[in-house]
Amino acid sequence: MNFYLIYFLVAISIFGFIAVFSLVSVYAERKISAFIQDRLGPMETGKFGWLQTAADILKLIQKEYIVPALADKVLFTLAPVIIFVAVYLGFVALPWAPGLVPAHMNLGVFYVFAIISIEALGILMAGWGSNNKYSLLGAVRSVAQMVSYEIPIGFAIISAVMISQSLDLQVINYNQGVLATEQIRFFGVYNVNKIGGFLAWNVFQAPHLLVAYVIYFIASLAECNRAPFDLPEAESELIGGFHTEYTGLRFAFIFLAEYAMMFLVAMLGVTLFLGGWNTPLPNIGSLHLADDTTGVFWGIFWLMSKCLLVVAAQMWIRWTLPRLRVDQLMTLCWKVLTPIAFACLVISGLWRLLIVG
Amino acid sequence: MIKEAFNGLKTAWKGLSLTLQHFGAARQSKKVKGIKEADYFEQQSGIATVQYPHQQLPVPEVGRYQLFVEMDDCIVCDLCAKICPVNCIDIESIKATDAIGKTSDGSVKRLYAPKFDIDMAKCMYCGLCTTVCPTECITMTPEYDKSVTHISDLNYKFATMTEAEAEEKRLELEKQQAERQAAKLAALKKMEADKK
Repeated sequence: MNFYLIYFLVAISIFGFIAVFSLVSVYAERKISAFIQDRLGPMETGKFGWLQTAADILKLIQKEYIVPALADKVLFTLAPVIIFVAVYLGFVALPWAPGLVPAHMNLGVFYVFAIISIEALGILMAGWGSNNKYSLLGAVRSVAQMVSYEIPIGFAIISAVMISQSLDLQVINYNQGVLATEQIRFFGVYNVNKIGGFLAWNVFQAPHLLVAYVIYFIASLAECNRAPFDLPEAESELIGGFHTEYTGLRFAFIFLAEYAMMFLVAMLGVTLFLGGWNTPLPNIGSLHLADDTTGVFWGIFWLMSKCLLVVAAQMWIRWTLPRLRVDQLMTLCWKVLTPIAFACLVISGLWRLLIVG
Repeated sequence: MIKEAFNGLKTAWKGLSLTLQHFGAARQSKKVKGIKEADYFEQQSGIATVQYPHQQLPVPEVGRYQLFVEMDDCIVCDLCAKICPVNCIDIESIKATDAIGKTSDGSVKRLYAPKFDIDMAKCMYCGLCTTVCPTECITMTPEYDKSVTHISDLNYKFATMTEAEAEEKRLELEKQQAERQAAKLAALKKMEADKK
């Protein structure tokens, strides 16, 4: 019985986290965009407008559900659920701290990668079901984009997995710090099992993973349909893209999924490349900084700080770079990112065989 | 390809550092200053927003905003209504039986104005009426923030007379004119009688 209680508790706390994170990050995004453009952003609702997103969600909850007369009712109603659930389930496999993971899976990386691909299906359902030319165009673009960018993102992930030799996200985490069970070497040479800190992160264990991380980051922006890859939404040409026809809570769930996806890809990237919940502070001589800053509380703290920094970078990029054209999007994916990611993959294999092996 | 990718990253970083500079500069706001102030153009960075109802930019002294008429100084000459390019001023006048009084600059008032309407919804804020006014009773005020719930509220009524007063003045004028007519007729009759 207690068993099930914990299941529900875990599910509710993940949902609560996503909801709170979305509210805070929408506010942060509005403020960051405002400051970048020399504006103030929301200022009227509460001190410095901090209640703005709460007011927005209250408004969205009260709104009417409108289903267009010619829409495919089943697809239209199901789409937001599928979009949100796909991202929500992705969080299940991601570890938060040593010993703290919602569901222990030895195929975690594969699972997360597979389940977030389902979002493309939900988006296509939303676009098709709306029976609106803008929605359909947005959905088709989105699917083309997500399917294409899964290639470089997959290569980048595999090159990290080859270095850590596991698909279990928690094992990948353990092997990037002082709790490592395997031999870990800084730049493949210097043993850092005792030192830990940022020296033990995957990007520093094998420096080509830094390139792989940049590829992962760029491709992950495309995966979550964020600017400069926001062609599926493209307000200036497609109104709202695939979610043009959505109102009220359904729209809120699509929005929630978008922000949850941002955090999810940030968290996956941090886990695979930037040490996950491991501390960036190394042990220096008798100063046991790494040992002292490893633990459940510290794990959550480091993971949150890293992820929020990555999310902030995503926002910063959104408000700087203009949107890519469809052909530029595909050129970048197939002619630049995919070959470089493939090169990273090959280097990873050689690294494992020749340097570490 | 490598060169292209590298160039892409380089230019992206250029843009990103520019936005980061603005993000950093957002710690302070530009002060709300009028353009006449000496250091107006010194403020190059920082948040540019003027939080309008709470903060207001100073208005220039000769700005052209809402119209106002000082009825005590108006001699009802109708010049403003004639020069108005959009016909937004509507004046009705009644001749007084005698001089009513003087304006503050010494002009004699001989006309009553039962109606002096300016439709600010039509007004194009050219300011011509203020330049032709001989007594400078029609002026533009620094007031620019005016919103109403019904468009007819934008038709400003400046006349100070009530309808009853206007009717009384009309009757007086008619009576005087009738008397004058009678006097004229009497004089004419007398002339004819003298000729015979």
